[in-house]
Amino acid sequence: MKEYLKSLKKVFLGLAPKNTFSSLRFVNTHHEVLSVRQDILEPMETSQDKGVMVTVCKDGGLGYGATCDLSAVGIENAVSNALAWADISRKFPVVDFSKIDMPNPQGHYATEVKTPWDAVPLSGKIDLLKETCAVLKISEAIVDWQTYLWHVSTQNYYITSNGGEVSQTFNHIIPDISVTANKGAETQKRSLEGMMAYSRQGGFEVLEDIGFKDKAIQVAEEALELLAADNCPSGKMDLVLSPSQMMLQIHESIGHPLEIDRILGDERNYAGTSFVKPEMFGSYPYGSEHLNIVFDPRKNQMATFGFDDDGSEAGKQTLIDRGILKRGLGGRISQVRSGLSGVSNSRAMNWNRPPIDRMANLNLEPGPATFDDLVSAVEDGVFMTSNKSWSIDDSRNKFQFGCEYGRLIESGKLTKVVKNPNYRGISATFWRNLVGVGNQETFDMMGTPFCGKGEPNQVIAVGHASPACLFSNVDVFGGE
Amino acid sequence: MKSYFYALADYVSGKLTSGEIQFSYFSGEASDFARLNHGKIRQAGNVSQNYIKLSLVKGRKIASHEFIVSTDQFVDEALVDTVMGNLRERIAILPEDPYLLYSETIRSSEEIEASRLPEKEDVMDDIHCLGKGRDLVGIYASGKIMKGFANSFGQRNWFEKYNYNFDWSLYYKNDKAVKQSYAGFEWDSEKIKDKIGQGLEALDVLSQTPMTIKPGKYRVYLAPAAFNEFVDMLNWGGFGLKSHETKDSPLIKMVEEGRRLDPAISMFENTKNGVSPGFDRFGFVKPDKVTLIKDGVFHNPLVSPRSAKEFGVETNAANSNESTESFELRPGTMAHGEILRKLDTGVFINNAWYLNFSDRNNCRVTGMTRFACFWVENGEIKAPLNVMRFDESILRMLGEKLVGLTKHREFIVSTSTYYQRDTRSVHLPGVMVDDFSFTL
Repeated sequence: MKEYLKSLKKVFLGLAPKNTFSSLRFVNTHHEVLSVRQDILEPMETSQDKGVMVTVCKDGGLGYGATCDLSAVGIENAVSNALAWADISRKFPVVDFSKIDMPNPQGHYATEVKTPWDAVPLSGKIDLLKETCAVLKISEAIVDWQTYLWHVSTQNYYITSNGGEVSQTFNHIIPDISVTANKGAETQKRSLEGMMAYSRQGGFEVLEDIGFKDKAIQVAEEALELLAADNCPSGKMDLVLSPSQMMLQIHESIGHPLEIDRILGDERNYAGTSFVKPEMFGSYPYGSEHLNIVFDPRKNQMATFGFDDDGSEAGKQTLIDRGILKRGLGGRISQVRSGLSGVSNSRAMNWNRPPIDRMANLNLEPGPATFDDLVSAVEDGVFMTSNKSWSIDDSRNKFQFGCEYGRLIESGKLTKVVKNPNYRGISATFWRNLVGVGNQETFDMMGTPFCGKGEPNQVIAVGHASPACLFSNVDVFGGE
Repeated sequence: MKSYFYALADYVSGKLTSGEIQFSYFSGEASDFARLNHGKIRQAGNVSQNYIKLSLVKGRKIASHEFIVSTDQFVDEALVDTVMGNLRERIAILPEDPYLLYSETIRSSEEIEASRLPEKEDVMDDIHCLGKGRDLVGIYASGKIMKGFANSFGQRNWFEKYNYNFDWSLYYKNDKAVKQSYAGFEWDSEKIKDKIGQGLEALDVLSQTPMTIKPGKYRVYLAPAAFNEFVDMLNWGGFGLKSHETKDSPLIKMVEEGRRLDPAISMFENTKNGVSPGFDRFGFVKPDKVTLIKDGVFHNPLVSPRSAKEFGVETNAANSNESTESFELRPGTMAHGEILRKLDTGVFINNAWYLNFSDRNNCRVTGMTRFACFWVENGEIKAPLNVMRFDESILRMLGEKLVGLTKHREFIVSTSTYYQRDTRSVHLPGVMVDDFSFTL
């Protein structure tokens, strides 16, 4: 592969138009999906996806050409397609792209892997999934049960016509366990802290880090608890959220509204706009003084990288400091278009989609409270964990979220389990009701491979690490 | 590409050893995408991609691998050799699959349409001209879509279409906009001009002072595009046999307790009238039409080959998610001109957004109104509506709360472009519902 990349670079630099910016991004991805359902191995699926995207700036226009034909002719066609679109784009571009000083980075990044995926034989992986699956059917009421492992390894090579050259390799592990319990027309499901919520970068050691096998029995027991539980009560009450629900709360009502391309209006035909306006940066009280949000290329979190797909180097940045909005989520092009400070988050899902503003890892910094402190501060409330339902308006304001599992909090103590726990609120005010932030011991690193956005559509991995948090006066309700 | 894929499939078949069979599914496209904001080009380019999913079967064992096709015969045949070697190694380790099912009956087919697509320069000139000075935001996607199947029994299927889908919003300000689309095979500059003209007229109404209604129950009219979002939710397990058998269906009350919808409700998977390929990756050919719900009663589920084997029934060649690809809802009797009069006082919802289940067992969904939605009083549009959150059961909406369905239906082609340009479609009337719950 090294030799091929060398020749790819030579071919591209030979074809790249002179005196203007152009880039080539090569992506080579291997997927392997293993799953055991009801103790039977599901068909194993693997894939290899490989291609390039060439981007060319010409006379103020910008165009791309993407192809899976990796021959010299294929690259030539990609350059030609990119040039043709740059030529059309220059007639009415959203910005004069020639005036944007694109990065020309040099560097490397690699996921830190202790036990490589391929170091464990296929039979060992299947055995692990089978052994984990085998403990899930603990009752006749359990009607479906499954264990799941998805591994993605990605090689990303980015070069620019101005001498930029970056190599990055990623290893993602996406585990899950799910159990379905049923009685008549009543069904409850429990998973490993929400669908694929323990997605991380790393090797096979991730499974040990998160306690994959050990948590299986708890997943099954909690599915049965939910089946026997009452519905979550309705009313205004205090709410404690686990990291696996904080992930979704941060993602939908902080991450997306802060994306600068949404603020610029690019997403209004699809993912939506934002209630955040450019003039809010620097002074807007997004949340209470307990709220500190960072863009964080944290070690082995799901969306950590060394450089984004426009070549900007990643670094930790504070977006919300003690409740005050400081910075948005926008890559180099969005920063120039908006005049706002941003981060290195111009990312593409694959070789066949162009980079756009994505949130990558967006984390809530831990505070001083133990989990017991958070719970004991609640007279009447609910603890919710593991996201299962998410919905928010196109300005990212009015939201309604639901969790798999809830427990009442009465007089400072966790009491009975409740099913169908939901809550709703408005982003612009919800975060101001953040009254308690858990400490490092309550902190967990969550992630998902599925964040959808963009036209053409793209799904991408994001990471969110957070402690448990306490919110006051939330509109909570259950099922029927 | 068809000949190339078939030749590569022949090459694969020629490499099989005793007792092995193979089936290959091809998926490719050559697409142009132009993303627009404020009537100007934000991002534009071309994507050319070709994938083959190759499945090797020996006895009751199966191993599959998807890879890209370069169309360089030497490169691709060498890759096939490597892939087959890897699949054989894997088959030696894997256990037998009790639910493996593939078609052994040869049913070849071809559905090929020649390109009538316009030059991208001409389309962009039209869009530039019409979008100039206007707040137009959206995506133009156009090009060739190809699907193919080949197996070692000799079955060959090919689907090749050239189409475009221009999907855009015209904004007045903030979140007030009219959403429109124009999809087809042949671009007509006059038609797009008319459509945008209609959109601009609708923007006049949106320029009036918007109103906010209090949470509560209202009569609503859901235009076909809005109701399409509810169909999406039904496709999260509502029609699939596996979700029924594992008690995970949002229609569990219909399946387990015999709950009925209004007799006016009949739903179908109508492959014959859709624009998706009629074959699947296991070589099965889809029936022209599957009746999912008949006169308000659950009738047939969608059954993938795997579910067919697991639960001992016939497959109807449903995809692995057992979701619809060519959905149809039977029309009603309400004339288009009657909608406002019949709505009387309530909410006219042109678009809905970001639906999800709030209580899956009761098929209750939450979501938002979006784009051009209006408050109607005494049969007249009074004001644009600020976005509202709803939380309502589809069982009730299409059951005791159903007022009626329109006679006119819209054929909506999916604008989804995740991974590849989508070929799914829906054919839907508008739906009027009483006591629809708004919550925030």
